[in-house]
Amino acid sequence: MNTLITWIKWIGFLGFMFVMGCDIIVPEEPADEDLLDGPLSGLSYEEQLQFLKGDIAFNDDVFTPETGLGPIFVATSCGSCHPGDGKGHPSTTLTRFGQTEPNTSLGLPGAPQLQNRAIPGYQPEKLPEGTPHMKFTPPAVTGLGLLAALTDAQILENADPNDEDGDGISGVPNYITPPDYFIPQWYHQSQNGKYIGRFGKKAAAVDLLHQTTTAYNQDIGITSTFEPKDVYSDLTIDPEVSDQTVRDVVFYLRTLKAPIQRKPADPDIMHGREVFNTLQCSSCHIPKWTTPESDIAALSNKTFYPYTDLLLHDMGPGLDDGATEGSAETYEWRTPPLWGLGLSPDSQGGKYFLMHDSRAESIEEAILMHGGEAQYSHEQFQLLSSEEKEALIKFLESL
Amino acid sequence: MKKTILLFLILACAINANAQIDSTLFKDTRIDTVSANAMNMDAVYERPFYQTGTSHVSVGGYIEADYQYMGEDGITEGHTFRIPRFTLFVGSSIHPKIRFLSETEFEEGGGKIAIEFAALDVSVIPMLNFRGGIIMNPIGAFNQNHDGPKWEFIDRPIAMTEMLPATWSNVGFGLYGKRFVNNWGFGYEIYLTNGFNNSIIANGENRTFLPAAKENTERFEESNNGMPLITGKLAVKNQNIGEIGVSYMGGIYNTFEDDGLFLDEKRRLDVYAVDFNTSLDITGTYITGEWAWVRVDVPETYGQQFGNRQQGGFVDIVQPVLKRPLAGFENAVLNLAFRLEYVDWNVGTFRETGGNISDDLWAIIPGVSFRPSAQTVLRLNYRYMQQQDILGNPPAKIAGIQIGFSSYF
Repeated sequence: MNTLITWIKWIGFLGFMFVMGCDIIVPEEPADEDLLDGPLSGLSYEEQLQFLKGDIAFNDDVFTPETGLGPIFVATSCGSCHPGDGKGHPSTTLTRFGQTEPNTSLGLPGAPQLQNRAIPGYQPEKLPEGTPHMKFTPPAVTGLGLLAALTDAQILENADPNDEDGDGISGVPNYITPPDYFIPQWYHQSQNGKYIGRFGKKAAAVDLLHQTTTAYNQDIGITSTFEPKDVYSDLTIDPEVSDQTVRDVVFYLRTLKAPIQRKPADPDIMHGREVFNTLQCSSCHIPKWTTPESDIAALSNKTFYPYTDLLLHDMGPGLDDGATEGSAETYEWRTPPLWGLGLSPDSQGGKYFLMHDSRAESIEEAILMHGGEAQYSHEQFQLLSSEEKEALIKFLESL
Repeated sequence: MKKTILLFLILACAINANAQIDSTLFKDTRIDTVSANAMNMDAVYERPFYQTGTSHVSVGGYIEADYQYMGEDGITEGHTFRIPRFTLFVGSSIHPKIRFLSETEFEEGGGKIAIEFAALDVSVIPMLNFRGGIIMNPIGAFNQNHDGPKWEFIDRPIAMTEMLPATWSNVGFGLYGKRFVNNWGFGYEIYLTNGFNNSIIANGENRTFLPAAKENTERFEESNNGMPLITGKLAVKNQNIGEIGVSYMGGIYNTFEDDGLFLDEKRRLDVYAVDFNTSLDITGTYITGEWAWVRVDVPETYGQQFGNRQQGGFVDIVQPVLKRPLAGFENAVLNLAFRLEYVDWNVGTFRETGGNISDDLWAIIPGVSFRPSAQTVLRLNYRYMQQQDILGNPPAKIAGIQIGFSSYF
């Protein structure tokens, strides 16, 4: 009997310890600065609820042939290409083609995007040999709401198409013809019916709704009331995703937090920031922006550090793929935001796959691939001491 | 309504026409007459049954319930209470050589009902028995030997339930038999059944996922492609050493033709498994394990998310530390238990980079179990698990405690 009581005591004690120690047992949450995903701070309950719905649609909803996938496609879900809301991997790279001159479509069948996968029984598209094309590695999607909240006027402040200040840096907006469903906001400015593209490697998407519906359609083969044409048949078919889901995903993208810099006060990192400025990297990768008033309070009057100017720049012949989008030249690329750069390996399988098509496998390689307007920075980088290079890389990794 | 009627019918069969409430009128019996030489293939009959009076009908079942507090990367769903399944068995010895057994499982509080086994066995000789109906394909051992009260762990092995699709039942027919000579036993099973469908590569899991085919209940009515799934198993047992089984399950899984029209080429699925169990006489330790390999013909153009090779398994080590009468339980046993499990849903490398495709998981589960009787187990498990996505990004860390019981009744 005594043994029984002893056992009961032990079992009771262990059970008590387990229950009371629950929070110790559960694995620790990674630091906020080490994660790309998560909402902006300051969202209301209603906004958090919509964020959650968008999060599920973006990261959990997987399309199947029964729910509209394809029949030709690139990926089965948003999260497949943007794991953890971060950059994609070479295995999820997509191919764009069909335009070799600004504002001039060649009218090639299947353009502007190759659907290189197909559900069983179907054949995917194949790029005709010799067709100029671009490969795009999916970008990180964090902080996009802050970029979307900026005014066209703010973006145009940095544009210098004719390099009137003589610094060798131009900066050109990609004026695109927006889709029919685009509703200009107070912060958009029209130029002969065209608007400034902000998103995409060539800045070919005018806003996040445009980006999202195009991705559903071109990447997953999903039609919506916004993009009703099936990529396989090129015919209008019933919507395969609801307007509400699209809106939820757009809201999710608008309210994802911005990446948080790690150890900004570290002396090496601070030194690296100085090197970054000295090399004139910050002429295009503009660090600091502030949003105006927004319909989402958490986006209003926020200062943030994306390291981009959202403009197109001549990147030289080495990065000229011979294909383009909108009004961009084939050698022009939109300055990609550098925020979250150091967390890229956490979404790219432990490695760096940088530049628009993953051709660079380290930050240093990526810097050395800069040409055109960035040729000066490229050359100055090569003249740095190893300590300065290390500090610069450390700074970039901290973003 | 259908579920209510089904439940009513099962219970009506179970309690027979002469309903009894006096438990002394029930007798514990086992339909299998060769239980002393039982192998994994006998698992469906190696269960406690109760008979009423002189009826040929025997009934039984088991229930599982648990509490868990789990969390992933610092985020927890809090305290959760579950009743994963409640299962009823109804068996009948129609003739000394003809018997019937059914297993009906209620999950999600009765929201999901599945007939996992409902088969008629006709015995010719011990080495030749015929079985037909809804059978559990003998791939590995766990699929047939899955009753909660037989295990010291609250969760079923992930490799066997989310790679192999235990519990995987199909309509079909086949043969089985076994023979013991001295300490050695040999058993075989072979069945032709309906099988998988396109959902194994077209599902919400975003991976090749055999359990997706379980959602297709039409397989109990018709084959999706007219090609039978072949499942076979050979097992050898030595009374002093243990049992080892090798099994195979394979066939065409996709709907390649419909209404006379060819829609796709024929695509195969092949599964190989090895299972073993033993007990060490010196220490009384029980060791059970199973490993399986899956090969699926995934269209080359469908995307690398859907692997054409998978592998995984588990090993359980159970060490009784106390065997003695305790608090009125004559055969009480206290065990320490440890499970190690691993699944790789996508074995291979990326075409673009040559890097490893991950999409894998491993877990360790130490635990304590207390069996007041052989038919009832109280379990306390701690689960620690790491799961990587297809790219091999930093793994999700999942851990927590589980406390629960499982008991035959």
